[in-house]
Amino acid sequence: MSGTGDSILRVAEVERRFVPELGLGDRIAGWLGMGVDARPVRAVDGVTLEIARGETLGLVGESGCGKSTLGRLIAGILPPSAGEVLLDGQPVMRDGRKVTTRIQTVFQDPFASLDPRMKVGETVAEGPIAHGLTSRADAPAYVAQWFARVGLDPEWAGRYPHQFSGGQRQRIAIARALAMQPDLLVCDEPVASLDVSIQAQIINLFLELRRDLGLTMIFISHDLSVVRHLADRVAVMYLGRIVELGPTADLFAHPAHPYTAALLASVPKLVLQEGSLVEFSAIEGEVPSPLDPPPGCHFAPRCPRAAAACRAGRPPMRDLAPGRRVACLFPDLPPG
Amino acid sequence: MTPVLEVADLRTHFLTRAGVVKAVDGVSFALGRGEILGLVGESGSGKTVTGFSLIGLVDPPGRIVGGSIRLEGRELVGLSQPELRRIRGREIAMIFQDPIATLNPLLTIGQQMEMALRAHQRVSPRAAAARSAQLLEQVGIPSAAERLRAYPHQFSGGMRQRVAIAIALLHQPRVIIADEPTTALDVSIQAQILHRMRALARETGTAMVWISHDLAVVSSLASRLLVMYAGRLVEEGPTAEVLRHPRHPYTAGLIASLPAMAPPGAPLRQIPGSTPSLMSLPPGCPFRPRCARASAACAQMPPLARAGARAWACHRPEEA
Ligand SMILES: Nc1ncnc2c1ncn2[C@@H]1O[C@H](COP(=O)(O)OP(=O)(O)OP(=O)(O)O)[C@@H](O)[C@H]1O
Ligand SMILES: Nc1ncnc2c1ncn2[C@@H]1O[C@H](COP(=O)(O)OP(=O)(O)O)[C@@H](O)[C@H]1O
Ligand code: SF4
Ligand code: SF4
Ligand SMILES: [Mg+2]
Ligand SMILES: [Mg+2]
Repeated sequence: MSGTGDSILRVAEVERRFVPELGLGDRIAGWLGMGVDARPVRAVDGVTLEIARGETLGLVGESGCGKSTLGRLIAGILPPSAGEVLLDGQPVMRDGRKVTTRIQTVFQDPFASLDPRMKVGETVAEGPIAHGLTSRADAPAYVAQWFARVGLDPEWAGRYPHQFSGGQRQRIAIARALAMQPDLLVCDEPVASLDVSIQAQIINLFLELRRDLGLTMIFISHDLSVVRHLADRVAVMYLGRIVELGPTADLFAHPAHPYTAALLASVPKLVLQEGSLVEFSAIEGEVPSPLDPPPGCHFAPRCPRAAAACRAGRPPMRDLAPGRRVACLFPDLPPG
Repeated sequence: MTPVLEVADLRTHFLTRAGVVKAVDGVSFALGRGEILGLVGESGSGKTVTGFSLIGLVDPPGRIVGGSIRLEGRELVGLSQPELRRIRGREIAMIFQDPIATLNPLLTIGQQMEMALRAHQRVSPRAAAARSAQLLEQVGIPSAAERLRAYPHQFSGGMRQRVAIAIALLHQPRVIIADEPTTALDVSIQAQILHRMRALARETGTAMVWISHDLAVVSSLASRLLVMYAGRLVEEGPTAEVLRHPRHPYTAGLIASLPAMAPPGAPLRQIPGSTPSLMSLPPGCPFRPRCARASAACAQMPPLARAGARAWACHRPEEA
């Protein structure tokens, strides 16, 4: 799927600003008489996207670049400061409240996302009962069906979250989301806290669910190998903006944006030949503070190709090839 | 060549009210000068407790109940805390997963480095500052002399971890234990740090035990690999060789389950079940409930078998 098909979701010029809360460090700095910063952060800075029905869009980028914030904006958990998110043409939020059940989310931490005092079966039944997808009387059978779907023994519905392992808890969180019968699933680092062997089990579950239920998915991960495995298309974010968008295999093989290229190069690869010590190609410097993003292209201070024009204004997103979009003045052109 | 660090049958147990947790239960290895040894395993397999045991930082109810740790021939098991304090930081140092836990938020980076330096050395404040700045430069912190006056919260996670590494390097220890030092960091910062650490091991001859759950990281850094499962060493060998031809079924399963090992979108090989609780391990091979190769013989604990540079703890190892 290239994203040119039937579109289910449209993200139009979405922006989200935050005024940072003061953390412990800032408070200590305050006591010590240092200045404390309270400028707004533009966590998501003018993002436009379309997602095709049935496709999986991977969202990658380094910590703090705005992946989770964009995910929450799309899921209708967080209202945008500007722009809109439309599901089949309808806004997902109205007056700061989510107005659709067709988008559900799965988060990274299966420990934090389940109520420790509720039986897991009740946790899964809660939403569907509230929205009339099942009745209280039918709930146990309804829950059992979703438990079985995600590979959990339906007998376990009466247990509490602490009685499950991390991987099982993530299955429960997935069952809870699916029981709402969503069309779109936003997954924010759903395998990041799991061990490699358990991670493979959950990735396989996502593959299976996507095939059987025709789900559309947004899959947020900092692990590029996971995204490469699951996503049809990938969006790369840097400091609140999408800098590159394209079909997964293409984008991994021929990154067009210098940041995408640098990011891919810094991922350690499995070395199977002794003596072939890879040189780590590191991007110079660090991600600049989101409080004080550089003018023009945000990547300019670290970009080996930066020219004066790059600092003059935000590079517009443009089409490079069918399905491939990049926000860079001097991109690498894909062959052909 | 005599190894700088020699560990034999290390066993560290936690005597909790609920029972005995055998967090480390039979770990042996030798570490050569300037060598980087990778220690991998899933969460709870005993990697961190192994690291803490090596630098004498296991707190009650944990205790080293058996085995030996020799640092340049000198036995560390059984030393008193004051004796260990003289060694820790100077001859053997540790970098922790969470740099925030290592640094005091109320002191400047310079003050903390000076304190760490003075723990084992008499130095003037001026000399301390010069040495600290030099080390910060070495781990890639630009304008280091000025940054000495900064507080930890003014640094990003990656910068703080570099400071922690600089502190570990202060006394040019023989051995550094690095416990998942880049796990919480972004890949671009991780690449910078891996690059520096490898260069440092080469230049200074410092040996390292690099703890990680990321096989790709370890494969690009470590010449030898140790694999732990449920508190035990299950496989050892030259890294690339182990990754190409694992002998232990658990190692084989771990490698096969990596997304990079399957074509995009294809189902991944998975190890069934999950890691066992160390409190109620079944008798025999701890991997048995998840192992496709298990047979009746596996009801007996498999000993560590050695052949050349390779070792494995399995009754029915994968084909060589
Ligand atoms: N509630 C909030 N209040 C203030 N700032 C916020 C808030 N949520 C996010 N931010 C800021 O917005 C930016 C983007 O954060 P976000 O959590 O979306 O990043 P991310 O890409 O998901 O990062 P990670 O990979 O670490 O999860 C960061 O600078 C973050 O500090
Ligand atoms: N203070 C403690 N008390 C009891 N058990 C502990 C303590 N610290 C660690 N353990 C147990 O020791 C085992 C190994 O832990 P750890 O070394 O932290 O694993 P890893 O670093 O490989 O994830 C785990 O089962 C853990 O629960
Ligand atoms: S616009 Fe200029 S600075 Fe930005 S990524 Fe492209 S070449 Fe580099
Ligand atoms: S000893 Fe038996 S159960 Fe254990 S890993 Fe080997 S074959 Fe599997
Ligand atoms: Mg996030
Ligand atoms: Mg650990």
